[in-house]
Amino acid sequence: MTAFEYILGIPVAAALALALVPSYRVAAWLNAFASAATLGAALSPFVERPATGVFFLIDDFNIYLIALTAFVAFTTSLFSLRYILHEVAIGRLPKRYVRFYHSMYQGFVFTMLLALSTNNLGVMWVAVEGATLTTVLMVGLYRTPEAIEASWKYFILCGVGIALALFGTILMYLAAEPVMGEGLKAMTWSELLPRVSAFSPAILNLAFVFLLVGYGTKVGLAPLHAWLPDAHAEGPTPISAVLSGLLLNVALYAVLRFKMLLAGNPGALAPGPLMIGMGLTSLFLASFMLYRRRDIKRLFAYSSIEHMGISTFAFGMGGPLANFAGLLHMTMHSLTKSAIFFAVGHASQVKGTQKIAEIRGLTASQPALGWALVIGVVAIAGMPPFGVFMSEFLVVTSTFARAPLLAAPLVLGLLVGFAALMLRLQGLAFGKAEGTGKASGAALVPLYLHLAAVLVAGIYLPGPLVAWFQNVARLLG
Amino acid sequence: MTGALLTLLQLALTLAAAPLVTGIVRWVKARLNGRRGPGPLQPYRDLLKLLRKETVVAENASWLFRAVPYLVFALTWLAAAIVPSFATGLALGGSADLIALVAILGSARFLLALAGMDVGTAFGGLGSSREMMIASLAEPAMLTVTFTMALLVRSTSLPHIAEFLLSHDVGIRVSLGLALISLMMVALAENGRIPVDNPATHLELTMVHEAMVLEYSGRHLALIEAAQMLKLVTYLSLIACLFAPWGLDVGAVPGHALALGLESWLGKLLVGALALALFETGMAKMRVFRVAEFLGGSLLLGLLAAVFLYVSQGL
Amino acid sequence: MLHFANTAYDTAHLLDTGVLILSFALLFQRRLFGVIRTYAYQALILAAAAAWQAHAQQAPHLYITAAIALVFKAGIVPFVLQRIVTAFNIHRSIETALGIGATLVAGMALVALAILLVLPVTTSSGALTRESLAIALSTVLLGLLMMISRRNAVSQVVGFMSLENGLILAAVGVKGMPLVVEISVAFSVMVAFIIFGIFFFHIRERFDTLDIHQVERYRGERER
Repeated sequence: MTAFEYILGIPVAAALALALVPSYRVAAWLNAFASAATLGAALSPFVERPATGVFFLIDDFNIYLIALTAFVAFTTSLFSLRYILHEVAIGRLPKRYVRFYHSMYQGFVFTMLLALSTNNLGVMWVAVEGATLTTVLMVGLYRTPEAIEASWKYFILCGVGIALALFGTILMYLAAEPVMGEGLKAMTWSELLPRVSAFSPAILNLAFVFLLVGYGTKVGLAPLHAWLPDAHAEGPTPISAVLSGLLLNVALYAVLRFKMLLAGNPGALAPGPLMIGMGLTSLFLASFMLYRRRDIKRLFAYSSIEHMGISTFAFGMGGPLANFAGLLHMTMHSLTKSAIFFAVGHASQVKGTQKIAEIRGLTASQPALGWALVIGVVAIAGMPPFGVFMSEFLVVTSTFARAPLLAAPLVLGLLVGFAALMLRLQGLAFGKAEGTGKASGAALVPLYLHLAAVLVAGIYLPGPLVAWFQNVARLLG
Repeated sequence: MTGALLTLLQLALTLAAAPLVTGIVRWVKARLNGRRGPGPLQPYRDLLKLLRKETVVAENASWLFRAVPYLVFALTWLAAAIVPSFATGLALGGSADLIALVAILGSARFLLALAGMDVGTAFGGLGSSREMMIASLAEPAMLTVTFTMALLVRSTSLPHIAEFLLSHDVGIRVSLGLALISLMMVALAENGRIPVDNPATHLELTMVHEAMVLEYSGRHLALIEAAQMLKLVTYLSLIACLFAPWGLDVGAVPGHALALGLESWLGKLLVGALALALFETGMAKMRVFRVAEFLGGSLLLGLLAAVFLYVSQGL
Repeated sequence: MLHFANTAYDTAHLLDTGVLILSFALLFQRRLFGVIRTYAYQALILAAAAAWQAHAQQAPHLYITAAIALVFKAGIVPFVLQRIVTAFNIHRSIETALGIGATLVAGMALVALAILLVLPVTTSSGALTRESLAIALSTVLLGLLMMISRRNAVSQVVGFMSLENGLILAAVGVKGMPLVVEISVAFSVMVAFIIFGIFFFHIRERFDTLDIHQVERYRGERER
């Protein structure tokens, strides 16, 4: 259990320490160091997997997710360092909020890692609720009217989602209790999985519906996505990066844990049609909304909704190939979207605005940043040889194989999104450079690191990773 | 005692007791307000006085205006006769149905509303329209209470309900509690008591029931007032029969049981009168627009009672 | 004569129904102080229900949940809310998006929906659990209705808290659920954060009222 203690203990300790550190520079650096330490701890399960306990477990599903989360949290903390220093320097962010921000950041990392590594359904719920809470507070950080409205909407919608997810969790316990007896055992995932075929399918079905709607609100599935664009646009950009890159993944992970339980019971309803429906709706809604966005962060927020829709669709499709594709897509999207938000954050700082119309010609004025953005957008739009293309391709082929009729709307949605992004990219990256904003010592290293990882993943996936994906794909049914 | 004799006894006793009950309510309210108030026997003197006075009828009044007081009195007295007050086994017991009761009282109200509009005065029309609005909400609420009792007892017949509640081990149930509250709210609305209507008001714009009978005088007014008093006793007896039927003579032990039934009935009337007086003193009258919410709440409670009973029986 | 047919069942049923009726009462309120007071009563009955379940299920940890409901939800939160309403001079009568009648009908429909959802599915559980779950889900849905049909931010938060009450009711009603205390604490912490200053102070800084319609002027993309 020692690995867990490190993985979870470091963020908690850092959160407490950061609440006390007065100097914002020291806090920013401490944040980055703590995230690096957490990353180190998160890599230790690769060396030796800790045993499964009552409250914690590491299995093929979350071993790479934990590492991914720690990695993105670390790179984002590096980006956040530059970003926050700049924001304080130009006076957009008062110094006294910075302490709160860093402490909440580590708190958020803690809750996400807790949600990923826990074996207990109740603890997972508490962790996701904690993640919601910390991000709500951070979205409203700037305290402008728009930010307050965004965090209020976030709180209301995700609060209701969390409440419904709790009801689903209670129902899941109700289904488990006759078979497993009262007490903690009936809420321990690894104990539930082998015995789930004895549960009452009716209760399982009802529970899953509540869980899908509840956690699905946090994934950003249409029609429950209304909080997402505002929260991304109004919060500080590092928060947009971790929201898109990590929190949506964690919520989808929660849904998938329950899907695995349902897959083990032959009498339970196939979650497929429900997830396919929500996935396609998200895909279409987001793709079409991409066209009319004027704010750059909102644009990529809708792109996140689109990609979460694709992942959900893939998991709804089911079968080894589609599940594999979904898992790969979750990972690739996380890396790419956070990279894009890094670039976008710096670009908006350089130009002093988030409006797309006023950010032009980046490749001319800020070559390193501009080209990074180009590569990022190209990657997220789904061009080969990047990883996102690979996962989208796998989703499309498996859909053709299993349900050809659904492939048409899927491909249509993908193409619509692709076109929208390419259109926007034109103006953003190319064209006449207007003014030369100051280069702010951009955190280019994490940016290019992410993009390199996505590029490599598109060409070659390491063997153990493929094995894990296949294992989980099998369990997902 | 045979059914016919019991019914005659009930008719006589309710008519005799009704003014006393109203008198007690008014007397207690006066005392609670710090006044001496008229004695409890005052309504008897009022009725006798009205009977001796001249009856003045408007020129354009129709035959309906003259007939309504008698009809209303007859219908209300009939309703008083079918609710088992101190004994079941009344002559009309076979048709003593909750739904029939609602229908009888509803007909009486309908006739009174027509009479209110008959002479063509503004206040009469005002009273009639308000009365019908209240009725349109109170009757469904009453019916939901009926459904609840019917679900429990499998019958809407009043004697059956009383006998069922006495013989079976029903115990306290949430549904019955909700139904009781709902019925009490309906009773307040139907009898024109606070918080729905102030029976002692002199301000025409706040009147509901009084506005309908503004044109009546003499023996017509005496009959209508007597009907109103009978209606109060009927509702008190109904609540007692449905929710507190202890002491009712169900024919088990003759003679002795009848005396017990009479005593318990008079006791329940007294308790009801006191409770009503206390409640009226403690509350203020609602605006007419809020009456809809009040009765909506009563309907809601009745619906909830029926739903919960249905659910718990199905489990 | 005057007794419960089955004490454990009927008491629990009585308390659960009390919580539900107060949810309806919340929908009927026209004044902000009335909303806060009704919520306090609901939390009180919830505490009683949790304590009763602790007694009936022989689960002492539920007493802690009852204590939290009593002290925090029935005591501290209404007190703080009342202070906030007074201090910020928040507009005290509530306009509803739906009329009272329509709200009533919608509420009954939601209760029927909750019963229809829960009862057929839980045939293998005991009668008390099934009814508790149905009533709890009804309370949750009514809290949701209150959040949707109110414009004032304070009443939306109270709607959310009443939704939370329904969930706690569900959690204590299911026999032997572990971690109920932790979950209820976590939920209460969330609510506490939201109430104890962050939003109201933020919103108060920027708006003169807590009218959500004013807040919503800033939603989405506008020409700024």
